Amino acid sequence: MEQQAVNGIFSGSIYALFAVGYTLVFGVLDILNLAHQAVFMVGGVVALELMLGWHLAFWLALLAGTAAAGLLGVVLERLAFRPLRRRPGTEFSALISSLAIATMFEAIVLQVYGPNLQRFPAGAFPASVYQLGDARVSLLQVVIVAVSAALTLALYLLLQHSRLGSAIRAVAENRLAARVLGIDVDRVILVTVVVSSALGGTAGVLYALVFNGADPAVGHAVELKGLAVIILGGMGSIPGAVLGGYLLGLTEVATVAGLGSPFRDAAAFLVLFVILMVRPRGLLGRKAVRSA
Amino acid sequence: MVATASRRFRASLLTAIAVLAASCGGGRASTGATGGAGGQSAQQKSVSIGVVYSITGAAAPYGATQKNGVSLAADEINASNAIPGVRLNLILEDDASDKAQGISVYQKFISQDKVAAIIGPTLTNTAVAADPVAQAAKVPVLATSNTGTGITSIGDYIFRDSLAEADVVPQTVKAAINSLHFTRAAVLYANDDAFSKDGYDAFKKALDDNKIQIVDTETFSTNDKDFSAQLTKARDAKPDVVVVEALLNPVVGLTVQARQLGITLPIVGGNGFNSPVFIQQAGKAGEGVIVGAAWNSAEPNPKSQTFIAAYKAKYNTDPDQFAAQAYAGVYVLAQAMRNASSVERPAIRGNLAKIQNLDTVLGTFSFTAGRDANHPAVVQVVKDGKFQILP
Repeated sequence: MEQQAVNGIFSGSIYALFAVGYTLVFGVLDILNLAHQAVFMVGGVVALELMLGWHLAFWLALLAGTAAAGLLGVVLERLAFRPLRRRPGTEFSALISSLAIATMFEAIVLQVYGPNLQRFPAGAFPASVYQLGDARVSLLQVVIVAVSAALTLALYLLLQHSRLGSAIRAVAENRLAARVLGIDVDRVILVTVVVSSALGGTAGVLYALVFNGADPAVGHAVELKGLAVIILGGMGSIPGAVLGGYLLGLTEVATVAGLGSPFRDAAAFLVLFVILMVRPRGLLGRKAVRSA
Repeated sequence: MVATASRRFRASLLTAIAVLAASCGGGRASTGATGGAGGQSAQQKSVSIGVVYSITGAAAPYGATQKNGVSLAADEINASNAIPGVRLNLILEDDASDKAQGISVYQKFISQDKVAAIIGPTLTNTAVAADPVAQAAKVPVLATSNTGTGITSIGDYIFRDSLAEADVVPQTVKAAINSLHFTRAAVLYANDDAFSKDGYDAFKKALDDNKIQIVDTETFSTNDKDFSAQLTKARDAKPDVVVVEALLNPVVGLTVQARQLGITLPIVGGNGFNSPVFIQQAGKAGEGVIVGAAWNSAEPNPKSQTFIAAYKAKYNTDPDQFAAQAYAGVYVLAQAMRNASSVERPAIRGNLAKIQNLDTVLGTFSFTAGRDANHPAVVQVVKDGKFQILP
């Protein structure tokens, strides 16, 4: 039982880290960024390439993967989101355009890298294991949960206690008013997308490392679950994304342990369905405020 | 603009639909890799054989060595003029481990390239979808790695030189019981792949026949990466052995994660394990795995030893079971053409069906009445980083 709890918390922390970036862009831009899973994938692929081909240490590869994802965030914002902002009536177009960018990123990776699963070299990360009661936890899993928590906390602090954070929240609340108040809205949006993509990239590197492999299709496995997580937690809410992520991780594990493994993937969608029926704004989503 | 709850609801609903549509539509670019002995001398007739293997996708590790196996065989046959007056021209295509692509390739082979026969595909999953196309067009198909059920029953033009899981698994289970003396088994398999599912059925039947109690059964998807929940549940049921049936990527992940979770129980597996890539990727975690195979490099068969040397010389690496079966497949097909003194499809089919006691790298080979392979299997254990014969 404890092992299952550990399993659930661990996979929850990966979902949470992925979902935090996803929900950040939604909260600020009202855009569901379908390219988030692509930067997740690129993070893992880049880190793997650097470790396999250039023999970089894990920490450096993690930073490089995050940076690569952040850079892609710049491309994403400039190419997919900015041009549409200038035009009226294009709220849903950004979703399609992010999907287009995602497809492009995947195609490029496919060309350069091939479609097959690549694995990290054995011994890329120290394999120490700890015993927690009845459960075994590897050092890597502990590091991932810690990194995920630290990054989420850092993001939360950034948003609540810094000028940039206030600017981001202002743009999220009312873009026109923020502009009137002198905030450089375009720059704030760029920073938001970059931060979100960097977080997605970090999640991708950690995911690739713990499941020992990166391939161009890896984003698709997580993207639908990520969507379920952010809807569960409340779209636009960062604590909600974290809560949703852990809840989903634990629910999936409980489903396997209780109902049976064929239902494992159904768990995410069942939860999504229930939440949309019972509390559509999500667990921690704010009730809508009507503008005057 | 502040989004209202209903706008966000609409957004989420639309997104869910968009994402679902996107995930259904992911196509792969088709590759048109062509290989094969080109050119023909004045007296020789060039005969096209369509070869379809998974060069990319989930089954790519198997396809890579299969491709080598058929190329080596075709070159040898052409060089030695083993089929008088005929030169084999292999047309190689990739099915990307995907059913739909497999069907497209078959259609290309049949109507465009007008092949005399088709070799492949790698996966049972693809064969089940594509072979009916060949059967309807009356083109002989010789599979070299399909081990699921319901392949040769598609029709009398479908053959395979690969031993079915239904034939190998009972031998594996018996040998494993003799070696390990277990009484309780936990079974984990991929429920979204035809080979894995058929293999699971074979394992279940063999375990039941040997009065082994199956204490837990778990499933996962071929593309899953995280098996910890299933492994933990299986472990909690207190088995003496873990039985796994799936393709390469999940079995590597499963084996490694099982060891990480502290599960030291022996693992008995199906054909998915039969690639040296498994050993390479699972590393130490793979030691001790027991798996039944159609071919092992340690077998003293002289044809087999010659094949290993030739393969090593040409490709700088050792062949695996998949390469051996592919190589044997071309030789079986060539023999049928020789016996028929013809390269017409019905003649090839008729003579394939009659092949008995042919000397191949797989041993003495015959087709059964149902066009399945008939030759002895070998049960292996992974020891010191190699597939060795289980004592």
